[in-house]
Amino acid sequence: MRIFEFIRPTDPASAIAAAAQSKTAQQGADVRFMGGGTTLIDLMKLNVETPDRVLDINRLPLDKIEVTPNGGLKIGATVRNSDLAHHAKVQKDYSVLSQALLNGASAQIRNMATVSGNLLQRTRCVYFRDTAMSCNKREPGSGCPAISGHNRTLAILGTSEHCIATNPSDMCVAMAALEATIHVQGPKGSRAILFGDFHLLPGNTPNRETVLEPGDLITHVTLPPPVAGSKQLYLKLRDRASYEFALASAAVVLTIAGGNITRARIALGGVGTKPWRSPDAELALTGKTANEATFRQAAEAALRGAKPQSENGFKIELAKRCLTYALRTAATN
Amino acid sequence: MPDEDHQSRPSSPTRRKFLLTTGSGVAASVVAGYIPALANSAAGEGDAAPVDAVPNIEGAVPIALRINGKEHSLRIDPRTTLLDCIRETVALTGTKKGCDHGQCGACTVHVNGRRVLSCLNLALMHDGEEITTVEGLLTPDALHPMQAAFLAYDAYQCGYCTSGQIMSAVALLKEPCGPDDASVKELMSGNICRCGAYANIVAAIQQVRKNA
Repeated sequence: MRIFEFIRPTDPASAIAAAAQSKTAQQGADVRFMGGGTTLIDLMKLNVETPDRVLDINRLPLDKIEVTPNGGLKIGATVRNSDLAHHAKVQKDYSVLSQALLNGASAQIRNMATVSGNLLQRTRCVYFRDTAMSCNKREPGSGCPAISGHNRTLAILGTSEHCIATNPSDMCVAMAALEATIHVQGPKGSRAILFGDFHLLPGNTPNRETVLEPGDLITHVTLPPPVAGSKQLYLKLRDRASYEFALASAAVVLTIAGGNITRARIALGGVGTKPWRSPDAELALTGKTANEATFRQAAEAALRGAKPQSENGFKIELAKRCLTYALRTAATN
Repeated sequence: MPDEDHQSRPSSPTRRKFLLTTGSGVAASVVAGYIPALANSAAGEGDAAPVDAVPNIEGAVPIALRINGKEHSLRIDPRTTLLDCIRETVALTGTKKGCDHGQCGACTVHVNGRRVLSCLNLALMHDGEEITTVEGLLTPDALHPMQAAFLAYDAYQCGYCTSGQIMSAVALLKEPCGPDDASVKELMSGNICRCGAYANIVAAIQQVRKNA
């Protein structure tokens, strides 16, 4: 690990001022905020991340979960994954989020990992994590050996000729389906970012993963008021039963009235280069009868345009079955 | 804790004490200052608590850690993980380094009563917080019930993962967890045992939960 200066800012304003000195908020940032450290310290040990300064945000007043005036939820940036998963209102009204969190990592890591850190969780692509290998995300222009190499766990949606790295987060998949909003405070003031606008597709710049700029501090995430009577489910498929990243996962939020689907929010994990909301699947469900044929049509719609690589073609059918099963289970709950 | 262990049996040289003494000689001659606690004990202070040395490490910063109820005023390289600080600086070697990348659970300790992976934390992040390692579970008179259950159920083979397993299991007692074995397995999935002692580990934990 490279030497760095450890700083504990006493208020958000000084944290933002210090972070604004960084050349970038993306890969290779010279100033990094540190939450739980579960991604950042791991990558610093691998010399994938080499910040000159680390800003510990854990003692900033960003650790509360509060009900908003409109009945939604405000989740502070440093709220731990375990606290969010076990929060009574999350379990009751946003159960897909609780399920996604509890399907992620291990109990120890959930006690450490923060909400804001999870929004910025980095890919597990082995080429990204190994500085002896080329990687366009880590070193733009150096090439992507994953495309002709080991890509079994990598993405089939949202890929480019420069990067096929999977976004590994479970939490983000649920937040995409719940239409969360990410609140950022930066050198130029505060702004709210719709969840779907936060993560970027790799395109020609896989080193840029989010819209964050130097000095941008995620202060909290808000969830809209719960949808009354919605049926929610997070289903995660992986190589082992626990403590493993998704090969495919699905977050579904359904409202069904008289056997018809009146509202659907669908997101997939483990298959996309970003948390993968699927408007096509939502369209295929809305207004239709809640039955097997409808669910399968939604799954076909969600995976239309999927681009398999040499080792991960199985993910297309796996993701379809994952979504179909999740829809069926949620609908009959 | 090793200190109590020494005090209760002053004339029996424990394996740990032997390793500490021989190890410290190497530390003092080869990398003096890098393992300050050990270097300190090699300097002839014998059984004095081998902590709180203030070695001359370039760029070191001060930190106050409270480990197993005892205050430690240290100076450490900012890169020091909580794991390395506990093992190398404070010389509590019950906490194990397995993968060092958050994938095995061998380094599990409690911070403010919650289990965390000490390898993915910087020691500096825990200035002033309450840290418990496996050495802090037992009293001078008795093992923690979970330690006793691991013994009774033969819940280990090589033992390398055991302190992490026990720290996780003790924390699990206070966490939301269903009554069945499957729930225990799920919440213990962050602790890998290459010997495959899982069945006995689950049995030991269930026994403690039943008696709780």
